[in-house]
Amino acid sequence: MKIITVAGTPCAGKTSVIAHLVRLFKSEGVEAAVAKFDALATGDDAFYRKELGIPAIKGLSDYVCPDHYYVSNLEEVYAWGKELKTDLLFIETAGLCFRCAPHIEGVPAITVIDNLGGVDAPEKMGPALSLADVIVVTKSDMVSQAEKEVFRYKVRLVNSTAAIVQFNGLTGTGAVMLKRLFEAWQDVAGISEAALRYSMPASICSYCTGEMRIGKPYQSGNVKKIQLRPESERT
Amino acid sequence: MCTPQRIGPPTEGFRETVPAMATLTILSGTGKSGEPEAISRLAINAGECLAVVGPTGSGKSELLSDIEQLACGDTLSGRKILLDGKVPENHWSSGGIVAQLSQKTGFIMDGTVEDFIRLHGRSKGLERPDLVEEVLHMTNSLCGEPVLPESRLQVLSGGQSRALMIADIACISDAPLVLIDEIENAGIDKLQALAALTASSKLIVLSTHDPILTLMARKRVVMKQGAMSTLRETTAEEGHCLERLRAVDAVLFRSRDLLRNGQSLTDGVL
Repeated sequence: MKIITVAGTPCAGKTSVIAHLVRLFKSEGVEAAVAKFDALATGDDAFYRKELGIPAIKGLSDYVCPDHYYVSNLEEVYAWGKELKTDLLFIETAGLCFRCAPHIEGVPAITVIDNLGGVDAPEKMGPALSLADVIVVTKSDMVSQAEKEVFRYKVRLVNSTAAIVQFNGLTGTGAVMLKRLFEAWQDVAGISEAALRYSMPASICSYCTGEMRIGKPYQSGNVKKIQLRPESERT
Repeated sequence: MCTPQRIGPPTEGFRETVPAMATLTILSGTGKSGEPEAISRLAINAGECLAVVGPTGSGKSELLSDIEQLACGDTLSGRKILLDGKVPENHWSSGGIVAQLSQKTGFIMDGTVEDFIRLHGRSKGLERPDLVEEVLHMTNSLCGEPVLPESRLQVLSGGQSRALMIADIACISDAPLVLIDEIENAGIDKLQALAALTASSKLIVLSTHDPILTLMARKRVVMKQGAMSTLRETTAEEGHCLERLRAVDAVLFRSRDLLRNGQSLTDGVL
């Protein structure tokens, strides 16, 4: 079973990218399944089942940090894929903060970003972009060639090695190029003991456990304070 | 078990180098009903322009999309695209190789024209001081209303934006192959636009319904039922026809100018 983690900015088109790929693979008899992680709600799992006719589940983190929830459930998702005997397992993540990346060492990692977020978007995106193997750039049809080239350059500044694939989520143009990359990827023999490519943020403070009030008396545990003045001015 | 591995091609530093390219070859596939295409092999060279013509729905866009995706028998048509006679190495990405002039007539980015040109130049390692002047000189030769360095991208008209996009591809973009989905008449001199792009020794594939652009391209492939059905070169006689069509076009151009400047048309003008 090949596993692919798919991350991306909200509304960049992660689901469209996966859907176009799945259609191509299905026409060749390759079976796919999708596990979708999100924070509060998603209808994507129903979309995959209904529109593509493939197995799909969702995991909603709800009151737990979406990043921590994701990593805590990878073994379960892996076991689900194994039981299905699927050829491809897409793990699609939404709702994770950009301090984090869902990408795992040894597991092909795709990050989807769209051209409309502005040329500074790549710098702001953090490890999800800098540690991806493949960067799928969507909505290129909405911008000029110059804007496309500047955007690509900005992506290269944060990730100099990833394959960059332009993808039109509406027409699916670019899907065959992305699919060619899959041939080089190996089956993943197991996910236990594998490591994340980037650490997750430290937590465990009173807010993690449901505190909602503002103010020092309510803050305990791992609390980090904003620096309003440079170090030298502080007494 | 899982060993760390980086997938994806190594690049030299931050700036990607784009390979020069001399020839684009299209090896045929099949048309809509599965029959082999009449044209089995089509090659064009740098500095040449291929017009893709045919009625709506005849497969022009699909041919352009096959080129954009560097098809290797894995698209619906089954065509194969070769660059300099070979299957391209990094065939999962045509970014950097293929530039596209779409029908977009506006920029998403904000800022001044000068900053924009400098930013794009910097991304390509072009820092020369006269770059802005060079791009704007060409922009303004394509479009009646002058674009100034201090103009803001967001307030440019459709014609000005298109002219700037074309000049930018000709002067700054280093992609050796340009795909054009129709150069329409929206306030720019389309003939000069095509001339400017061909002069930059790029390889151009132009999907068009315009007879003048078709003949100017010198080589044209006619699409029918999703297949490349005929390949023609502009004949000597068509060369003469082209001159007459240009004259007709000039009359249309003049009339449009007069009318939109509030004057009335007279027989003398035509």
